[in-house]
Amino acid sequence: MTTRTAPPPAGLPGSVRQRAAITAKTLRTDRWWFAPLITVIGLGAWVTYATVRVFMHDFYWVEDYHYLTPFYSPCVTETCVPEAAHFGRVLPGWWIIPDAALTLPFLLLFRLTCYYYRKAYYRSFWLSPPACAVPDGHKTYSGETRFPLVGQNLHRYAFYAAVIISLINTWDAVLAFHSPKGFGFGLGNIVLLVNVVMLWAYTLSCHSCRHIAGGRLKHFSKHPVRYRFWTFVSKLNVRHMQLAWITLGTLALTDFYVMALSADWFNDLRFIN
Amino acid sequence: MATQNAPGGTGKAGTTRNFKVWRGDESGGDLTDYQVQVNEGEVVLDVIHRLQATEAPDLACRWNCKAGKCGSCSMEINGMPRLGCMTRMSTFDENETVTITPLRTFPIIRDLVTDVSFNYEKARETPAFAPPEELKPGEYRMQQVDVERSQEFRKCIECFLCQNTCHVVRDHEENKESFSGPRYFIRAAELDMHPLDAKTDRKEYAQASQGLGYCNITKCCTEVCPEHIKITDNAIIPMKERVVDRRYDPVVWLGSKIFRRGKQNEAAQAQTPRDPDELGSVHSHAGASHEPEAEVGAERGVHWARQVPHPTAPPLDSRGRLAISEFTFDKAAAPSPFGDDVTFPLPAEGLNYSHPDQPRDKD
Repeated sequence: MTTRTAPPPAGLPGSVRQRAAITAKTLRTDRWWFAPLITVIGLGAWVTYATVRVFMHDFYWVEDYHYLTPFYSPCVTETCVPEAAHFGRVLPGWWIIPDAALTLPFLLLFRLTCYYYRKAYYRSFWLSPPACAVPDGHKTYSGETRFPLVGQNLHRYAFYAAVIISLINTWDAVLAFHSPKGFGFGLGNIVLLVNVVMLWAYTLSCHSCRHIAGGRLKHFSKHPVRYRFWTFVSKLNVRHMQLAWITLGTLALTDFYVMALSADWFNDLRFIN
Repeated sequence: MATQNAPGGTGKAGTTRNFKVWRGDESGGDLTDYQVQVNEGEVVLDVIHRLQATEAPDLACRWNCKAGKCGSCSMEINGMPRLGCMTRMSTFDENETVTITPLRTFPIIRDLVTDVSFNYEKARETPAFAPPEELKPGEYRMQQVDVERSQEFRKCIECFLCQNTCHVVRDHEENKESFSGPRYFIRAAELDMHPLDAKTDRKEYAQASQGLGYCNITKCCTEVCPEHIKITDNAIIPMKERVVDRRYDPVVWLGSKIFRRGKQNEAAQAQTPRDPDELGSVHSHAGASHEPEAEVGAERGVHWARQVPHPTAPPLDSRGRLAISEFTFDKAAAPSPFGDDVTFPLPAEGLNYSHPDQPRDKD
């Protein structure tokens, strides 16, 4: 009765043990494909809109109120409206060069290497994995250990750049308190301000920021100020995903509002002047 | 029998629900259909117990506390890695067939029981807590604010749901050698953030030997964690950022060249062999000893060359399975999982240790 012996424990020589022979690739019964699907639709729609707008080279500046869309900030090519080019016109005006060519690549890098967006596109576009306990769509996997994905570690530099760009966007929002009579305040200012506040919230909630703020410390008790900053960033960091989507929304909305005013589709609602 | 299990006071009769349970072992198996009575307030583990009490007395399942604190009853319920004792039957429709399968990532032993020793091997490879040398036990002093990050990770119950769901090893068996998994990333983070841990090379170790770079932060470990530990946000990403500090940050690199910190970093890096194979070859069960000096010290007391005798495997029944109980077996009492030829305490001559002051015998 007791002739067969148990196989040797794993880890000993000659002990390659098999997993359970379950044929179904996944046994999940919920709509696990829904989240990756809406991510693809959402990101796809946004990227399409942004690409069209960036290469439109028009309707980015409202002369009367000095509204500048974030997609053209700072405007640095020779085709820029001179009043909109707060930092000079240093690049040649060729249609393939975005008017904000000095900042857009860094913003793209910031979002591409963002720890939230990485999760979003690895899951939805790269299917690695599409959802938890759903098989990866690839035969081999080396994660972020090799080129090019080891470049995700550049996120910190993109963060530094994003802080500078947020400062520029803030400056744009301040300059926009303008009307032909001098100071002015309208709905467009609120749109720009909300966008800037959300951009700051997204930028400061970044995981790299959390690390720099205090996450890299071993002894919080020796650095009370940085600990408080870390605590603040940690609270924002919990909402990093929401802020990532909210800022996509506010960016597109701000740009659309400026485009609509610039193209005279409707008029700005003015509170003062 | 079943009515005993109905929660007192409600008086609501149970309903019969459909289940598919994976039955088999490493030679193969398949999903078997069962109809089981389910009462109000029950969890999936209750259903497994009812199955064992009625239709399938030989259904194998690990369980222990029934309170989500022991981490034994990890299984996959409708394809999602979960604890059987923490998955309420009320979360399913009455007509829904609930599928229960063993953890996919680990080798199967039988039915819902898998061999999770992969995790224990990775645990042994992780260097242990290393307090400063001058501190004696009893002299440890630290502030709450300094240890609270590490304390989150101490909530881990080692159910290995994160290890099971992580696609790095779940879908790519070949990565098991070089990837330790989320559970050991939180261990690395716990120690690296610990105010009294004096080891300086944990970041390098996480990157070179634990395979931190394999993680693509898709957060499934966080999603399945029954203790709600923020594995990705609070451990893996901070560890990745710490690795960036050391390896990918030219500003830090320049700073460390210019300022005094460089010497410490270099010393730490000199201690750390980068090659995982090299690390593996000097690995010590005592932990905290990936430094050559510690290894030499440890070798004085421990006989690394000696093979510990492998105990006889427990006797199996005619179908080659462990007996569930003495009712179905020809021996009184269940067989010892350590082998029936092993007695405790273990005889001293068989231990993998000799006192440093004693001469070392060569065997």
